[in-house]
Amino acid sequence: MPPSVTLAVTRYRPEQESEPTLQTYEVPFRKDWVVLDALNYIKDNLDGSLSFRWSCRMGVCGSCGMMVNGSPKLTCAAFLSDYLPGPIRVEPLNYFPIIRDLVVDMTDFMHKLKKVKPWIIRAQEKPLADGEYLQTPDQLEMYKQFSMCINCMLCYSACPVYGLEQSFIGPAAIALAQRYNLDSRDEAARERLEILSEHDGMWQCTFVGECSKVCPKNVDPAGAIQQLKLVGAVDWFRFLLPWGTR
Amino acid sequence: MSPGTQYTPYHPKWYRRRMSVWWWLQNRSYVYFVLRELTSVFVGLCALLLLWHLRALVQGPEAHAHFLAQMRRPFFVGLNGVGLLFILFHTITWFNLTPKAMVVRLGGKRVPDWTIAGLNYVAWVLLSVAVAVVLLRG
Ligand code: SF4
Ligand code: FES
Repeated sequence: MPPSVTLAVTRYRPEQESEPTLQTYEVPFRKDWVVLDALNYIKDNLDGSLSFRWSCRMGVCGSCGMMVNGSPKLTCAAFLSDYLPGPIRVEPLNYFPIIRDLVVDMTDFMHKLKKVKPWIIRAQEKPLADGEYLQTPDQLEMYKQFSMCINCMLCYSACPVYGLEQSFIGPAAIALAQRYNLDSRDEAARERLEILSEHDGMWQCTFVGECSKVCPKNVDPAGAIQQLKLVGAVDWFRFLLPWGTR
Repeated sequence: MSPGTQYTPYHPKWYRRRMSVWWWLQNRSYVYFVLRELTSVFVGLCALLLLWHLRALVQGPEAHAHFLAQMRRPFFVGLNGVGLLFILFHTITWFNLTPKAMVVRLGGKRVPDWTIAGLNYVAWVLLSVAVAVVLLRG
């Protein structure tokens, strides 16, 4: 077990420099430390000016996503011991603009998420007095996987389509659209299909599949997108038939 | 930056990285992906060869003999060999991806991925056998 490990961390201080640089720090190595612990060690002991986001330290909040040795990872789940002997490269998430050091701007995703209407939509709301909308365990199972998303953006950072074509609505937003489409209480699948069939929607996806590989919650956004494409294609063929819907 | 992208108005100076033209060499899945896209060129070429073959057949025995002679040239043998490899790569990778797009539920349970991929292979073998039977009989 080495006594210490080197981290090469992206620094970008917009008021001082016009481009990011890499700065190296030597941190003690501990078997139970993750990359986030090392960053916190740097912040507490070596350089208080280093900026990064984190909160829960347990893979729930989705705020600690960074590139570790070039792959998008939750740094609270990336053990130092998996990257020995180092140096370990820690960079801000790919394809997002950098605000400072390891902090990126995700506003783009917030707009895209809203666009797919990720909430339950009913043609007609039941009066309150009629009680809740009930759901069986099987009905829950239909969409549960897609509801596990923590908006960590690792999938966007793994998606070369998003890198090349930033208008692409992207993996997590589509997976979350599908989460509501598959919910037995929701009635707006058709509306979302139309939104997702627009130019920047699901058809931009070329099925690289990397989003599903990096997802820490096994959401499988690539699967969601292909399922939606199938629905979209079937819908289009039905439209061609004389007895089709519409 | 494309016009569809929106960022916080009046935001401080953020830095945008450029995507390298070599992005597809950065990890193995990207390489596989680009290879899979490239297979379309070979699938297209093999389709053209097939059309050419059909045309030779329609034109009569002489044209067909000429076609076969052409096919024996190293260039076409090579093209067919490489084409076959790419088509196999195309078929196998896509078959393995089908379970992603098709969620089949039987009796409330999701049919396992290998079954769905496996059915593609079974269909492939059955169709190949059918074609072989037709060819060998004729
Ligand atoms: S789909 Fe997975 S990788 Fe993408 S934001 Fe959600 S949890 Fe993160
Ligand atoms: S700190 Fe919350 S997911 Fe890593």
